[in-house]
Amino acid sequence: MAQLSNGHLLNAIQDKFGNAILGAEEPNGLLTLNINPEKLLELVRFLYNHEEFRFQFLTDICGAHFPDQKGAELASIYHLHSLENNMRIRIKCFLSADHPFVDSLTPVFSAANWQERETFDFYGIIFNGHPNLKRILNVDEMDYHPLRKEYPLEDQTRTDKNDSYFGR
Amino acid sequence: MGKISKPMSSPIITQAPPGLQGEGFFATSLDKAVGLARANSIWPLPFATSCCGIEFMATMAANYDMARFGSERLSFSPRQADLLMVMGTIAKKMGPVVRQVYLQMAEPRWVIAVGACASSGGIFDTYSVLQGIDKVVPVDVYVPGCPPRPEQILDGITKIQELVKNESLRRRNSPEYQALMASYGIQ
Amino acid sequence: MEENRILAEDKKEYTTLNLGPTHPATHGIFQNVLTMDGEIIVDSEQTVGYIHRAFEKIAEHRPYYQITPLTDRLNYCSSPINNMGWHMTVEKLLGVQTPKRVDYMRVIIMELARIADHLVCNSVIGVDTGALTGFTYVFQWREKIYDIYESICGARLTTNIGRIGGMERDFTPEVIASIRSFLKEFPAVFDEFCRLLERNRIFMDRIVGTGAISAERALNYGFTGPNLRAAGVDYDVRVMNPYSSYQDFDFIIPVGTNGDTYDRFMVRQEEIRQSLRIIEQALNNLPEGKFFADVPEFFLPPKEEVYNNMEALIWHFKIVMGETDVPVGEVYHSVEGGNGELGYYLISDGGRAPFRLHFRRPCFIYYQAFPEMIKGSTLSDAIVVMSSMNVIAGELDA
Repeated sequence: MAQLSNGHLLNAIQDKFGNAILGAEEPNGLLTLNINPEKLLELVRFLYNHEEFRFQFLTDICGAHFPDQKGAELASIYHLHSLENNMRIRIKCFLSADHPFVDSLTPVFSAANWQERETFDFYGIIFNGHPNLKRILNVDEMDYHPLRKEYPLEDQTRTDKNDSYFGR
Repeated sequence: MGKISKPMSSPIITQAPPGLQGEGFFATSLDKAVGLARANSIWPLPFATSCCGIEFMATMAANYDMARFGSERLSFSPRQADLLMVMGTIAKKMGPVVRQVYLQMAEPRWVIAVGACASSGGIFDTYSVLQGIDKVVPVDVYVPGCPPRPEQILDGITKIQELVKNESLRRRNSPEYQALMASYGIQ
Repeated sequence: MEENRILAEDKKEYTTLNLGPTHPATHGIFQNVLTMDGEIIVDSEQTVGYIHRAFEKIAEHRPYYQITPLTDRLNYCSSPINNMGWHMTVEKLLGVQTPKRVDYMRVIIMELARIADHLVCNSVIGVDTGALTGFTYVFQWREKIYDIYESICGARLTTNIGRIGGMERDFTPEVIASIRSFLKEFPAVFDEFCRLLERNRIFMDRIVGTGAISAERALNYGFTGPNLRAAGVDYDVRVMNPYSSYQDFDFIIPVGTNGDTYDRFMVRQEEIRQSLRIIEQALNNLPEGKFFADVPEFFLPPKEEVYNNMEALIWHFKIVMGETDVPVGEVYHSVEGGNGELGYYLISDGGRAPFRLHFRRPCFIYYQAFPEMIKGSTLSDAIVVMSSMNVIAGELDA
């Protein structure tokens, strides 16, 4: 089978989704799309069901926080893998911190379940249609989303630490 | 008949406490006799959470063979355990569980914190990790290392054995012990 | 739980059984709340996160070379694979080409790690079915692998082995000799282990057919590694996207058919044999040359040069103080870890620490399928299914 090229894939997606694609680049040869969050589920379904592309393996979901991008502070990032073509694609949805809603991929991939819960736990991104969106790694009582950049790494309850030893 | 100064010779593996010995008898204080028995039959409860747990498996296995110290009988039920071995990172989510397990153990009970994480949080000075299990339960012996080698874990066990041998049977009634328990809010 | 209420309507008496977070039968700390009809599991709910250590947050605050010790503690049964996966990710970001010798040395160590990982998993399946002998037997040989690690890097379990750009030192003749003696002596021991379990009637009765999952469901659940291959999908990162010169070696990817516990066990057994083959090939063809790539900004110069050479001193200082800037970029790299596709997704904003580092932890992703796999089976089967999935708590909770 001929190797599927990024250009061909991008053309097919652009034909179908047009202006929902907000940007496309290829860092290290991996096609990276920035798409309108409202079209995410539709795009993933398209890639999943397409007879040639067959992106039927969800590698990874993760979040990211870009505090400097006003109005698009949060990102939900997906890596899909087409095992038959041995090709990966990265899809990014940028969301505003005030309105962090994106569709859940659980109707397509069972694997999305916990990964979305993790992303919710870390970044507070709300996945519409997720069957059980609650914290997974942190305690339920936690009232913030710890991986956002404004929250500190260190344990704030620690009493034995003298900052002067650490040059702070 | 007189006081013996050197330990009894073989076949007894462990050192006998000082006592009076004669034809067909050996007399020592009850504390010492019980301490001797306890020290060589510690039932550990392995509370293995992460990397140190794998080193504990190596300690249990044939090469390092913890059975040599009388501790091969793991007691997964806290009720029958003498020694709580906390091995690995304890997250804040896990902290109450450690405490619960400790509370379920019957006196006398000892705790050993194996590895940097259990002792102090280790490299994980983060929002989610308990900075040392001594925040929730009293600890008798700390074993450093990330993870400690099996030899170090065994050394920790022998340190516990020393404690067990030399502690009063009435430890739980001593004011110091009660003050310690009270400082952790344990009655 | 909504489902339970519906179940309760059919007038059966269900028992709720709490398994974990600390339980002798769960290796690692997970909580499973099982709804049981007699001994049959009707439903279960998992709670994880009991050892969440915030690796990803720590990584945002550490220079690149200090992230290697964090990766150690993900899947601690095969930490060298994690270390090298991270090194390769950074090398990919920097655009560094490593010499062949580095690749081969890495392959040798990674395959040793795979053997160590699979030995733990398979011997623990034995323990959970009541066969402790295999465990105590192969653990002696796992110690030999630890000895090899120790002579390479000085550590046993959390190895921090290698550096960005290569290995911190070359293999000494003693290391080569000890790997050779391992290759010579281990197969006989392993054969005995196989004879103990592989065709053991009791063992087979216990695990054949339990916890089966179809290839479709496994893929949908994002399974990778031996668990996916046991279901019959021949996806292996080493072959699909070769890294570290894996394309140079001749080895077979074993696949199962049913995706049950026995297949998972057998796939791991066969992978151990294949790993031995790879190590042998790599050792026989180990190229001469440098054991590090030309990346002075990441690879520590030799100590004598640091003392005598200004430039080396500056590099040394910059590396140790974590003051090397990295290019802006975004990279995903994956390696075949002990449990499957271990991915590193790195966003760099040009700073000294990653802007965002996400680990694709195979355990975390496939453990989701556990409720589906144990539904309708007995409690004792569920325990074995869990150990055969080789769920490592440290990796799961990150």
